[in-house]
Amino acid sequence: MSLVLATVKRDFLLAARNPGEWLNPLMFFLMVAALFPLAVDPDPKFLSKIAGGVIWVAALLATLLSLDALFKADVEDGSLEQWLASGESLYAMALGKALVHWCISGLPLTMMSPVLALMLNMPDEAYGALILSLAVGTPVLSLLGAVGAALTAGVRSGGLLLSLLILPLYIPVLIFAASAVYSAGIGMDYNGQLGFLGAILALAMCLTPFAVAAALKLNLSR
Amino acid sequence: MWDWIVRLYHRLGSPKWFYEITGKWIPWLVGLSAIAGVVGLVWGLAYAPADYQQGNSFRIIYIHVPAAILAQSAYMMMAVAGAVFLIWRMKMAAWVAKTIAPIGASFCLIALLTGAIWGKPTWGTWWVWDARLTSMLLLLFLYFGVMAIQQAMESEDSGHKAASILALVGLVNIPIIKYSVEWWNTLHQPATLKLTEKPSMATEMLIPLLIMIVATYAFFALLVILRTRNEILLHERKRKWVKQILES
Repeated sequence: MSLVLATVKRDFLLAARNPGEWLNPLMFFLMVAALFPLAVDPDPKFLSKIAGGVIWVAALLATLLSLDALFKADVEDGSLEQWLASGESLYAMALGKALVHWCISGLPLTMMSPVLALMLNMPDEAYGALILSLAVGTPVLSLLGAVGAALTAGVRSGGLLLSLLILPLYIPVLIFAASAVYSAGIGMDYNGQLGFLGAILALAMCLTPFAVAAALKLNLSR
Repeated sequence: MWDWIVRLYHRLGSPKWFYEITGKWIPWLVGLSAIAGVVGLVWGLAYAPADYQQGNSFRIIYIHVPAAILAQSAYMMMAVAGAVFLIWRMKMAAWVAKTIAPIGASFCLIALLTGAIWGKPTWGTWWVWDARLTSMLLLLFLYFGVMAIQQAMESEDSGHKAASILALVGLVNIPIIKYSVEWWNTLHQPATLKLTEKPSMATEMLIPLLIMIVATYAFFALLVILRTRNEILLHERKRKWVKQILES
């Protein structure tokens, strides 16, 4: 366990000393969301209708962008070999890495989202749903993404491949989350969608670390 | 019975045994898929009664539905073969899984294309963002992902492993994707065939459909076997028995 904690601490330290790692996806998030009014229609009424979906799509893309580096350095500098040699559970390591990734990508996105919602003229009633859905949904993005990142860690130009692998798996989160925000916006109850998101999160927390562990081992046998 | 299954399983792991036994199956599979395909198609396209609402345009069902069913079950077979490879390190399973991916993707594409052709006269549009169309499209994307990672890996073995892991993750996700996509209300008619319910189709229309499904499965099995045999020859080309086959 101490190895996992040490790695988590190291990753936080690395993120703190290299702010680009978590700031760049955040800026990307803002820019993607800004493209929609420019490209589609700046009419406030129209924007308020699509705001939730746009913010979620932007969050999804920003998460993908930051995933590429998740295991790359560990594979290249030999940390991964040390983890395996240490006999620590890779399951815990995968959870730890996903947690760090969420703290530096999903959490800032969640905190930034009200600003975007304001710019996109989202209805007032939907703010709660947007923040809650991002808080519950983005950890799933990090966990599922960790599988893709572990699979592509040793592949050259793995970033694009990573998106190909992971995007279809993100669809359920996107659907439930966007639908929660939309329902809240038209004054309907959105507990059901949030409940589904929570269930997906619980499932992802239990199962994805197995896949991440298996995929990480693969990088050694090359 | 159990012993027999275990023995069959161990034998399946042997490329040579697989090559020899499937060699005997090929003529039967060719016959079954050809006869059932011709009978099913002629019956379905020419003799089955026209639908009282959709007229003759419904007849594309005889290609659309078998392809759609097969695309879904092929993914499951691929994931199961991948799991067998990951757990027991049986290379035959890896070759079968690798073989299934492009075939399953092709059937998925056929289902989507015939669906689009069917949609034009019935719904008045080639494509709608309806639940079942979308989940078929996502299935196609999952196939693409598996094929892409297989090719991206430098060594073949890690390609097999990565593809198997991804196929298994996708397998867990398929029901979630399916139900989440059904969240929207749907234009598509409900599934024609359900194992748990009495079919909603008239019997005269149903029988050719069932024949076509049998034909499609036989054809699929044939394709998988032929391609797997190629993989075997490719990988075992240094072995004596392969050299003998190639020389004769």
